[in-house]
Amino acid sequence: MSYSDKVIDHYNNPRNVGSLDKSSTDVGTGLVGAPECGDVMKLQIKVNRETNVIEEAKFKTFGCGSAIASSSLATEWVKGKTVDEALSIKNMDIVKELSLPPVKIHCSVLAEDAIRAAIGDWKKKQDIAKPVAAEAK
Amino acid sequence: MSTDVKIPQAAPETHSATAKGIKLPIYMDNHATTPMDPRVLEEMLPYFMEKFGNSASRNHSFGWAAEEGVETARERIAKLIGATTKEVIFTSGATESDNLAIKGVAEMYREKGNHIITAVTEHKAVLDTCKRLEKYGYRVTYLPVQKDGLIDLDDLKRAMDDKTILVTIMYANNEIGVLQPVAEIGKLCHEKGVIFHTDATQAVGKVPVDVIKQNIDLASISGHKMYGPKGVGALYVRRKNPRVQISAIIDGGGHERGMRSGTLNVPGIVGLGKACAIALEEMPKESCHLAGLRNRLKDRIMGKLDEAYINGSMEHRLPGNLNISFAYVEGESLLMGINDIAVSSGSACTSATLEPSYVLKALGTGDDLAHSSIRFGFGRFNTEAEVDYVADRVIETVERLRELSPLYEMAKEGINLKDVKWAGE
Repeated sequence: MSYSDKVIDHYNNPRNVGSLDKSSTDVGTGLVGAPECGDVMKLQIKVNRETNVIEEAKFKTFGCGSAIASSSLATEWVKGKTVDEALSIKNMDIVKELSLPPVKIHCSVLAEDAIRAAIGDWKKKQDIAKPVAAEAK
Repeated sequence: MSTDVKIPQAAPETHSATAKGIKLPIYMDNHATTPMDPRVLEEMLPYFMEKFGNSASRNHSFGWAAEEGVETARERIAKLIGATTKEVIFTSGATESDNLAIKGVAEMYREKGNHIITAVTEHKAVLDTCKRLEKYGYRVTYLPVQKDGLIDLDDLKRAMDDKTILVTIMYANNEIGVLQPVAEIGKLCHEKGVIFHTDATQAVGKVPVDVIKQNIDLASISGHKMYGPKGVGALYVRRKNPRVQISAIIDGGGHERGMRSGTLNVPGIVGLGKACAIALEEMPKESCHLAGLRNRLKDRIMGKLDEAYINGSMEHRLPGNLNISFAYVEGESLLMGINDIAVSSGSACTSATLEPSYVLKALGTGDDLAHSSIRFGFGRFNTEAEVDYVADRVIETVERLRELSPLYEMAKEGINLKDVKWAGE
């Protein structure tokens, strides 16, 4: 199987590899997949609480080249978007951008899941923070 | 606070392979297939244009010349495995030989019984054939293997009953290179009056095979695994003590003593014969050389990387095989990083079915480590310089991918990955 140039590029020059502070209320962490399946993605976002814009995103992936490329691309795409805008990212957009063959479509699905999981985690943290803030007022 | 990980560029150019006299890409996947030995090609060439006759043409010199080439080859194959020429028949390859041996015995000895014993780590050519026979009403026992990849002889003994007609266990495994105790298996089979077939595809020409000493009744051989041509193989069929008979699976003319009809692939057979002759002469020196290369790679990699695990017994193993799992790194991404080296992986991502290697699973290797495995197959034309280059590239790629890996990060934080509740489970 030969890879598209974009997948190779993301593999050789992955964007936004690293970690954000999991404990921060501004950070949402999505951990999806399972080692037994050969695919695990961790995607983290740092959101500006005023504007809901994703200011930073980081990823780490255990998986094939297509999985690495999908998650790397995901961090590129979410940066600068609001949380709601980021939720509109669909896996088929990733498939098209990276020219993923049918057998690798599931990698893009996992990347979409990772975005949602990170946003879901961040949202949960905001819900928990809200009552406290209301009380403080 | 964020930690930014600087990922070093994946750039093979910096290794100046050509400066070290290495030609890229490097081929280290000799269990998948082997390059043809130039001496084999030379031996084959006359049989395409000059000696092109049909070896079954009895009445003219074109046929006789072809027949002579075939019979010389037959002798060479017989000599390599300790058989007589009447016991060697030609096929299109080991897959066909496996089919012929198993189906041939099943049909011929149907009245005697319907039970076949094999192992879970066999090649698909054996497993799928057994599955087909199950559809026809045969009973098949798939023996498990131990952690080192070997079958337990007591398991085999217990599995045999009065309806058992065939045991088929491969001599050397194509993924992990592990060697089964064929002589003991054969001895047990002969004691019980059961026929013993071994898929010897990966063994012939690499380790000594002696059908008499090792009590083998049927053995499958492949040309392209031993620096010979693709599309040709052989099946050894014992004629004495006991005399084994098999039903043909291809009808039409009764060639090869009625066991395999069809015009012989004369150039291919000549090539197979020459490959066997070369192997007979060069095997002792070559297996030393291959073990040296294999051990050199193993020592370099294991010396530099932690959490790298060898799959299968090192003691009972083909000299040229190495199969390593690199924890926290997925196999296909590793192959991508060493894309100037041809090897293969047990990862699901590299298989057409997205299933991880069933051989590694049978060893009890977790799926995660099965996904992280690489198989190296050293061959006649590999060099020490190539091994050193490969070692360096593998080490740097594993280190690079571990920096990318959330599993490695979690492990370094002291998290036991087995305790984690994964979203994807």
